[in-house]
Amino acid sequence: MHELSIAVSMVSVVQEEARRHQFCVSAVHLRLGPLSGVDKHALLSAYLMACYDTPLENSRLIIDEVPIVIYCSTCQAKRTLPSIQRFCCPECATPTSQVVQGRELEVVGLEVE
Amino acid sequence: MNQMPRLLEVRRNVLQSNDIVAKRLRAHFYAAGTFVISLVSSPGSGKTSFLEKILTLMNKDYRLAALVGDLATENDALRLARSDVPVKQITTGTLCHLEAAMVEAALESWNLDALDLLFIENVGNLVCPSSYDLGEDLRAVLLSVTEGEDKPLKYPTIFNSADIALITKMDLAEAVEFDEDATNVNIQAVRPGMKTFTVSSKTGDGLDLFAKYLGSRRADKLRDIRRETKVTRQ
Repeated sequence: MHELSIAVSMVSVVQEEARRHQFCVSAVHLRLGPLSGVDKHALLSAYLMACYDTPLENSRLIIDEVPIVIYCSTCQAKRTLPSIQRFCCPECATPTSQVVQGRELEVVGLEVE
Repeated sequence: MNQMPRLLEVRRNVLQSNDIVAKRLRAHFYAAGTFVISLVSSPGSGKTSFLEKILTLMNKDYRLAALVGDLATENDALRLARSDVPVKQITTGTLCHLEAAMVEAALESWNLDALDLLFIENVGNLVCPSSYDLGEDLRAVLLSVTEGEDKPLKYPTIFNSADIALITKMDLAEAVEFDEDATNVNIQAVRPGMKTFTVSSKTGDGLDLFAKYLGSRRADKLRDIRRETKVTRQ
């Protein structure tokens, strides 16, 4: 369970932005890919703990889970993977390791006042 | 009166601080010509036994060192000290993985220029270490024959984040009716093209081949460094 470490890093990244622009953050938008190795529900609980006694204490965490997208060299196209257990093109079945989306663990938006 | 909330677009990687340190480490390893391999696996897959054997085997031809991560105890470092290679234990306390800053701190007193290969044994855990870049050149995931053929399907993220797979404890394969083909199918499903080695730390089978592979990967890195230096000079 490393989600607490992740949440603490996230709080410090958001606080850095908040200080720089001098605003108050009411919600944090996060993009989360299945290959980030982070569990959504564990992260939501950890976020509450990491925010305790910080200016982010009453802020919300909004997680946008993005699917894995691979590049298929046979179809020459990006494809969304239906399963994390099978890295091959869902159209033509060509195996591929070219991941173009799915490792995300990034703050993409802040709701500020 | 409160102002209406507004949405501000930002783009910040949550693990940016780890990635910055990992990048710095990678640059140090590059400048020193040190090839770095990290080992990840579940607890009890045989990382330390494997490391002890591979260090002993490669010690005659290369200048080696190892960092070993554990929640507690110095037992692994004491075991590995038998190989006569410099070993340092990183005890993480309650943390379930190594972070780049821990590696950097542990390396502080070591001269990287005097090292050909550095091994980093991560904390036994198939989930958390996948998120943290340690600046390594090669990440090896270990899977012992006693763990079951479907482990790659249960932990696809760590297998996907690794560069090579090592199937360990092959001496027990027959006793546990290990299905090597099924395991390979599962590894290839989550990481197509992944190179896989089979080893036994007990009998020594497969260790020579793996040592040769590491030696050639290090030679490739040195060649890249020399080429790069030449281009920069021109």
